[in-house]
Amino acid sequence: MHPLVAADAVGLQRLLKAREVSATEITQAHLDRIADTDPHVSAFIRTLDQAALDHARDIDRRLSAGQEVGALAGLPLALKDILCTKGVETTCASRVLQHYRPPYDATVVRKLRQADAIVVGKANMDEFAMGSSCENSAFFPTRNPWDLERVPGGSSGGSVAAVAANDAPLGIGTDTGGSVRQPAALCGVIGVKPTYGLVSRFGLIAFASSLDQVGPIARTVGDAAELLEAIAGHDPRDATSIPTEAPDLHSALEAGVEGLRVGVVREFMGEGMADGVRQVVTAAIDRFAALGAEVVDVSLPHAGYGVSAYYLIAPSECSSNLSRYDGVRYGLRVDGETTEQMMASTREAGFGREVKRRIMIGTYALSAGYYDAYYAQAQRVRTLIIRDYEAAYAGCDVLVSPTSPTTAFKLGERAADPLAMYLSDVYTIPSNLAGAPALSLPVGLDHDGLPVGLQLMAPVLGEPVLFRAARALERELAIDSTPRGPGSLAQVAA
Amino acid sequence: MSLTTDDVRHVARLARIALSDQEVEALRGELSDILAYADKVGEVAAADVPPTSHAYPLRNVYRDDTPQPSLPADEATATAPQAEQGRFRVPRIVEEP
Repeated sequence: MHPLVAADAVGLQRLLKAREVSATEITQAHLDRIADTDPHVSAFIRTLDQAALDHARDIDRRLSAGQEVGALAGLPLALKDILCTKGVETTCASRVLQHYRPPYDATVVRKLRQADAIVVGKANMDEFAMGSSCENSAFFPTRNPWDLERVPGGSSGGSVAAVAANDAPLGIGTDTGGSVRQPAALCGVIGVKPTYGLVSRFGLIAFASSLDQVGPIARTVGDAAELLEAIAGHDPRDATSIPTEAPDLHSALEAGVEGLRVGVVREFMGEGMADGVRQVVTAAIDRFAALGAEVVDVSLPHAGYGVSAYYLIAPSECSSNLSRYDGVRYGLRVDGETTEQMMASTREAGFGREVKRRIMIGTYALSAGYYDAYYAQAQRVRTLIIRDYEAAYAGCDVLVSPTSPTTAFKLGERAADPLAMYLSDVYTIPSNLAGAPALSLPVGLDHDGLPVGLQLMAPVLGEPVLFRAARALERELAIDSTPRGPGSLAQVAA
Repeated sequence: MSLTTDDVRHVARLARIALSDQEVEALRGELSDILAYADKVGEVAAADVPPTSHAYPLRNVYRDDTPQPSLPADEATATAPQAEQGRFRVPRIVEEP
């Protein structure tokens, strides 16, 4: 592997600042890496080679002229194809948006450009971010760099697989019920769901508006912190954006966990978890104690209802949000004699199975006579889950659990059973319902050599302590994040 | 929770999604299973608990009333399947009297 693609973002920044390497060299090395790996991994719906090199040359020109460059200058980044990029196809991995070229940039995309990050490609995903395996992409599935016969997780599977495959040190995903953290766990990288409202949703194609949040993906905690600082902050174009500055994650990043109270969520350590996951996660939690943290048992009594509440709230919001794909203003149109026929045929042809399923559940849950028993009741349960977290944080600084009950599963294994797929997110969904930040950290491999992720959770706007705890454990465990072993990318792309 | 094929067709009509007979039958089983699982929220006694629509409570978010440039009509309609004179073109909705 080329040393520039093995390096982390902070390391590349140091080389660029010392003028030991150019942004063009960094970008070209990553584009070459993508050419080697992507035939095996299929992380990208499209790569943006020319635009990436043009941006890199412009950064080099400015550096030579002694001009300012952004905080992420020259760092390649894989962008989930759910964020609008002006004039560049933004598909959401759906046939209904296959040829859609947005007339504007998402706020996150604008901030990334201002920071001079190099967007090397638009990454694959489950259609409209609905899925936990990346198999619901209308175009093709993405594969896990640790075992090419297995899924990378989802829905941000493309961005995560790209970072795991060293196609880019940084990735952007979105997390509505675990869509950054679960794939990060399955691919052995770091994935963060920030506090709801910390990162703008303007230009993020909506799935479930009260849960969707953009999050960073990286191979080190420090890199993820850099990326989150660059994309966070108030945006007047998003009415749910919290009027606050981007958090300072760096000043306390190396402060360690001595004296910190780490709560182990009892309900997330019970049945349904694979033995290999339990062993690796338990060993990681023990290391917290060895580092001087106080490890305590905590309970979130209503967390077990999280998946049920989520599969009413998210489909309800999705059925409303996706009503905009009606063949009128953008995207696919299938002609019909009447407007209603045109809309119904467009939506039949444009949406895949899972998207139709969720629109139908949401439409049903919101329909006359069912609203109170389903949607309103789910929102009351949401309140109880938020209260559970508040009670837990009265005695803890951070909470921990596995990110996912299993390691990466085989392609096709859960495709026929939607409910089994939904349960992939049983530990991640409650944080979305509570609007609170959470992070998945790779903490080891199971007996099959597949990565296991530890989920760390913190109170709303608790990102500084979340990253601090993750960094302490990262330093202690010194995990090698390079995919390896039989069936892995290492066997086919050196 | 068990849906009939008529339930599925009714919801599909509300959602404006055309479905084949096979799809209706497949969805009948799948939606019944998913709703049966979701039904568990009903086990929680929560009648006196206020619902949460957004986890971070923000109220009355206003901005200053200052004019700003907006998307020009020709750019907004450039992505449309059919557009005419800066407008979206659709099949006739209102019949002649």
